[in-house]
Amino acid sequence: MSKTLVWVEHDNASVKDATLAAVTAASQLGEVHLLVAGAGCAGVAEAAAQIAGVGKVHLADDAAYGNALAENVAPLVVALMADHDAFVAPATSNGKNIAPRVAALLDVMQVSDILSVEGPKTFTRPTYAGNAIATVESSDAKLVVTVRGTAFAKAAASGGAGVVEAVAGSGDAGLSSFVGAEVAKSERPELTSAKIIVSGGRALKDAATFEATIMPLADKLGAGVGASRAAVDAGYVPNDYQVGQTGKIVAPEVYIAVGISGAIQHLAGMKDSKTIIAINKDEDAPIFQVADIGLIADLFSAVPELTTKISGA
Amino acid sequence: MKILVPVKRVIDYNVKPRVKADGTGVDLSNVKMSMNPFDEIAVEEALRIKEAGAAEEVIVVSVGPAKAQETLRTALAMGADRAVLVETDAEVEPLAVAKILKSLVEAEAPGLVILGKQAIDDDSNQTGQMLAALLGRPQGTFASKVVVEGDKVVVTREVDGGLETVSLAMPAIVTTDLRLNEPRYASLPNIMKAKKKPLDVKTPADLGVDIAPRLKTLKVVEPAVRVAGIKVADVDALVAKLKDMGVA
Repeated sequence: MSKTLVWVEHDNASVKDATLAAVTAASQLGEVHLLVAGAGCAGVAEAAAQIAGVGKVHLADDAAYGNALAENVAPLVVALMADHDAFVAPATSNGKNIAPRVAALLDVMQVSDILSVEGPKTFTRPTYAGNAIATVESSDAKLVVTVRGTAFAKAAASGGAGVVEAVAGSGDAGLSSFVGAEVAKSERPELTSAKIIVSGGRALKDAATFEATIMPLADKLGAGVGASRAAVDAGYVPNDYQVGQTGKIVAPEVYIAVGISGAIQHLAGMKDSKTIIAINKDEDAPIFQVADIGLIADLFSAVPELTTKISGA
Repeated sequence: MKILVPVKRVIDYNVKPRVKADGTGVDLSNVKMSMNPFDEIAVEEALRIKEAGAAEEVIVVSVGPAKAQETLRTALAMGADRAVLVETDAEVEPLAVAKILKSLVEAEAPGLVILGKQAIDDDSNQTGQMLAALLGRPQGTFASKVVVEGDKVVVTREVDGGLETVSLAMPAIVTTDLRLNEPRYASLPNIMKAKKKPLDVKTPADLGVDIAPRLKTLKVVEPAVRVAGIKVADVDALVAKLKDMGVA
């Protein structure tokens, strides 16, 4: 049976949900092994070993891996690939940063952002901002794949009996160093795993109006908050709120698009949502072509009214 | 130092792509083509670094058909100094493009290579990372800020939870995100001047790169169409729907 190595996305404290979808995809390829690379991340490896269906957990605990710098991590993965047939990473910013570096070092073509596993080396993936779905077959000896988190069910985070094994890598490659991070603080659910998302566009006018209009509705629904590129570029919200081809790809149960016209780049990030609700005063807005429920109304009166009238989750 | 900027000719971002009825791909005949938007940002950043005095020359490169010369002329009109076209009518995968770029980087020895983070046609997001790997050099992907400081480049990156800053030893590879800058328009006089700037044409074979694809496209289909939705008359009707779904 072929062996698949999965990149565990984590923050040196807990396993991120994106990992669980990657495990599901990997289990369709063969025996699932995990790689936990980080600094002071032994607890993460223990938690990762509990994921259902996991065999071995490789733990590389070294200061050089603390910030997942691709220059340091890629050689570690390449060394482990001597004993694995596929490397699978969630299509997170770390996964997208590291996996192609690994692929090139192995001299293989990566298959990016897969939607399904169709065969041992055959996958579907979106192209042209999700307007065309390609089925591709790899001819490479080893596979390198990134996984779209919203396309696969999450593996159960418990019930597994993986065995943690420490591995030593080559450490710091001496090419790059981590300077610092500016993490956007949010009490709300993480966008890519939220069940409900309320998303705002350019029509929100400014940061204060966005805050005053979108946030109360999101909080009442227990929803995550998203935004279109226009809203981000105009400075209403930070860029990690952006949903779309170049932002985050989401597929919640309910996506409420407020004052968003529905450009193809935005739709690419949310059109797999189970139910799409659009509130827009322009009845010709393209968003209504994909919305399950549309309300043609001025958002400045409709959204506060909606917030008042719903009882809350 | 020199800066090398790879650019790609792709379907214009405003065009809705149509999948061919025979499932072999997307119909690109008679469709408006343009420079990949992330590559425009890469060209702009290279020009700004040059204008700030940290670089002497900006070289633009494209891998593609003869028509990709138009894309290179656009970059020259924005202000790039010279161009190289690696001409082929085949579809070239990111791994092969990275190998072609590696060969050019070895010949030109730039201090920075600035690429777009992804092309809006294949949406791969691989070429920059692959080039960095093949060269054994550091990578600053999804950049929203680039500062050259001596023999280092400090790159602020757009990551899932916010922003992250890394310092890279040069030569380095940087890939651009949307918010890095606002690309300039080429003025008419500059478009005229660009016609006289040097543009070399090479082939993958000249560079000794095998571009045989590793991935075989079995078929291309349209995504599932969403079922037409309904319109509700007012907020009360919407609230009722939300209650039916159990979310309100």
